[in-house]
Amino acid sequence: MTRITELNVNNTRYPANADAERTLLSVLRDDLELTGAKYGCGEARCGACIVLIDGQRTPSCITPVGDAVGKQVTTIEGLEQNGTLHPVQEAFLEFGAMQCGYCTPGMIMASVALLQDNPNPDEAEIRNALETNLCRCGAYPRIVAAVRRAAERMSESVEGQAA
Amino acid sequence: MNEETADELSLEPERYELQSELAERWRQAKQEFFDVGGDGIIVVYGLEEVSARTESEGRRGGPGRSLPQEIGVWLQVRDDGQVIGYTGKVEFGQNIRTSLIHIIADELPVPPDSIQLVMGDTDLSPFDGGTTGSRSTPVVAPQMRRVAAAARELLRDLAVRQGLSVLATDGTWTASVLANLTRGQRLFKCVGEDVVTKPPAEWRSAEQPTNTLSRRALVTGQHHYTSDLKRPGMRYGKVLRAPSRNARRTALDTSAAAAMPGVTVVHDEDFIGVVATDDLTAARALAAIQANWEPLDGQPSTNEIFDYLLQHPGEIPVNGTPVPYTEGVIAEGLAAAEQVLESRYTVAYIAHAPLEPRAAVAEITGKDESQTLTVWTGTQRPFGVRAELALALGMTEDRIRVIVPDTGSGYGGKHIGDAAIETARLARGAGGAVKLVWTREEEFTHAYFRPAGVIDIHSGIDANGTLTAWEHHNYNSGSSAIRTLYRVPHQHIEFHSAQSPLRQGSYRALAATANHFARETHMDELAHIAQSDPLAFRLQRLDDTRLRDVLEAAAERFGWGTATPSPGHGFGIAGGHEKGSYVATCAEVAVDPENGKVTVVRAVTAFECGAIHHADNVRNQVDGAVLMGLGGALFEQVEFENGQIQNPCFSQYRVPRFSDVPILETVLLDRKHLPSVGAGETPIVAIAPAIGNAIFAATGVRLRSLPLAPHGVR
Repeated sequence: MTRITELNVNNTRYPANADAERTLLSVLRDDLELTGAKYGCGEARCGACIVLIDGQRTPSCITPVGDAVGKQVTTIEGLEQNGTLHPVQEAFLEFGAMQCGYCTPGMIMASVALLQDNPNPDEAEIRNALETNLCRCGAYPRIVAAVRRAAERMSESVEGQAA
Repeated sequence: MNEETADELSLEPERYELQSELAERWRQAKQEFFDVGGDGIIVVYGLEEVSARTESEGRRGGPGRSLPQEIGVWLQVRDDGQVIGYTGKVEFGQNIRTSLIHIIADELPVPPDSIQLVMGDTDLSPFDGGTTGSRSTPVVAPQMRRVAAAARELLRDLAVRQGLSVLATDGTWTASVLANLTRGQRLFKCVGEDVVTKPPAEWRSAEQPTNTLSRRALVTGQHHYTSDLKRPGMRYGKVLRAPSRNARRTALDTSAAAAMPGVTVVHDEDFIGVVATDDLTAARALAAIQANWEPLDGQPSTNEIFDYLLQHPGEIPVNGTPVPYTEGVIAEGLAAAEQVLESRYTVAYIAHAPLEPRAAVAEITGKDESQTLTVWTGTQRPFGVRAELALALGMTEDRIRVIVPDTGSGYGGKHIGDAAIETARLARGAGGAVKLVWTREEEFTHAYFRPAGVIDIHSGIDANGTLTAWEHHNYNSGSSAIRTLYRVPHQHIEFHSAQSPLRQGSYRALAATANHFARETHMDELAHIAQSDPLAFRLQRLDDTRLRDVLEAAAERFGWGTATPSPGHGFGIAGGHEKGSYVATCAEVAVDPENGKVTVVRAVTAFECGAIHHADNVRNQVDGAVLMGLGGALFEQVEFENGQIQNPCFSQYRVPRFSDVPILETVLLDRKHLPSVGAGETPIVAIAPAIGNAIFAATGVRLRSLPLAPHGVR
């Protein structure tokens, strides 16, 4: 059986020793102790496990860890930079866009991926992009509002830098 | 402070204690509290009696094992200035942690971020019957307010004695002042209901947004749910499951699994499980177990369930089954009617499907007589689960500690300790620490469901439209909110237990959802017969001003009676009350003329739960309840055949998603003069009948089963 020896997560090279057929989710959580990504369904239907691989939104619960070797994995733990939250994280806090918070890391990662592709999504585009992210507590309206706010903040920030 | 003053102050608690007979029993317990909490001020809320005691007769475990059970909450101002509240309630996303912290912050007062709250730890928390039934706000919040208020008075006394000017410019105590005041102190006070607390007008924190408090860890992935915990040397478990309900195991060979490197097979009575160094190895070991099963044939299926429940009454008498409610003579009421209406309503089994599956980490330490068990698990009943563990494992409760990390929701589904017991068996069998996280399929096949049920309503109205008779029979679903607030002289209302073929249990608001669905749909049918406006029909038959107020508030915001639905759209209204709070929802639906697909366009909910502690939090609960209710209203149902669940995954069991979310509007009626009650459940009860009534308005099709339209209106 093939084993992996290293995984690049959040710009850090983690030594690893895991069966390449294990899920990326399991290795992130159990071996690297990056437990932000959550198990929710095991069939890429709830979005709780979303991470980015080379910037692309990826359901880590069905992704063999072997597929992530040699690529850049970004998890919720990698969004905060020098103590400063990502604008999407800030907006989720500001709007109270969660109840139990279990779906929150997946929601935030999916939103970050959306805003990379579409910096100014309208509400319908946000809902569409997050359609396979489930929140059983029903924080959906606040999540949409939070992503809109984050988009505004990020575009202001880009304009500020351009000026 | 000099020695003399300290001595004098140390006598203070005795005086406080003597003020109350209730406090006498705490004299011996005082030492235990300080052993657990350290020096400073400790205020406990004493209970006159403990109704929940039947759940657990055992002693406490660990360092707090001698803390008395007859306490509600306790609060500590430690001599390093830290304020710590202790409650047996748990945080499941309802944000009670923040609410209680705000209450302490208000009463002392101190900044909210200087307060810790210890929740759901059987070694440290006060005994608690469970975080269920919307009791945290009405019961625990006032207790927390009182211990905090009593602590404030103790602090003021100390400050006066020490001649200190104590308050910061914003009126709060700073940690350094608290530390100075309490250094070397062991002040203990037991309080009851007679503590004077601040009037609601002075609750400053109620207006503040909730969410930066204790929630930063949720957006950074740093919060550790049970399923995120890791203990030294911890391994990963899996449990062998029967392929269908009631199947009997006829053969078992675990040798191949046991031969796998790093795998331990645990065989504990009927329980078979495996433990391995990682989850994939555990899954492979489980798959390597050879087991034969003999299914039990003849179990009912989805389409037979309602007949089955009617034909299989529960054993009589069932403990806790309420007696029928009667008023007048139902036969006379029906005889006096000009028109009678007899309708049958049904509700399906539905799943809680909390996004965090049931999970536990169990750790065994020591051997034989000195063996102790610590279990971290997401349960709404930490003390109840400790009792279950003791029974299942044959251990005494004083050797078991249950700790509940803030949990990934439950909605009534995490009352019992199935996963905790399984994990404890694995840990005992394999040694050390083991984690078990149920798969989503296990969630759908081995957790309990919201009961299915049948509700028959037989009513009558006379020539003036007066309700003359109301007969309401609920089979299996439950008796919550079974009574009507509408004015009816002749009533017969009865719950009938039945033998459920599937495992069933508590679900948010219990049967209040089913009984409101039936009652409020039936009222709509009567309004149609009487050719009355559904809102006016209700108001004319209601004396309860609180229910009238929410109906009128929802209607006004919605534009009931003034707005006109577009073609293919319809408006519906429903209202009700449960657990001391009142709710009304107006819904607008659109029904696709091609395929019958129902879209909820807009839902306006008015809610009144007495004095509001935290408006933003209540809004979040109302929105969440309405959206959860929308799933059960439109499409959620557990499908089953002969003991097998046929849709045990999110790709087959449909829950509300972003595209299902209507325009949601919430009107909160804040009644500062009324006691606060919980807000997490009742807002779920009106959405289903409001949607059903709106579908009728749009199409003329009357739907009487939940879910209403899983495949569209036909």
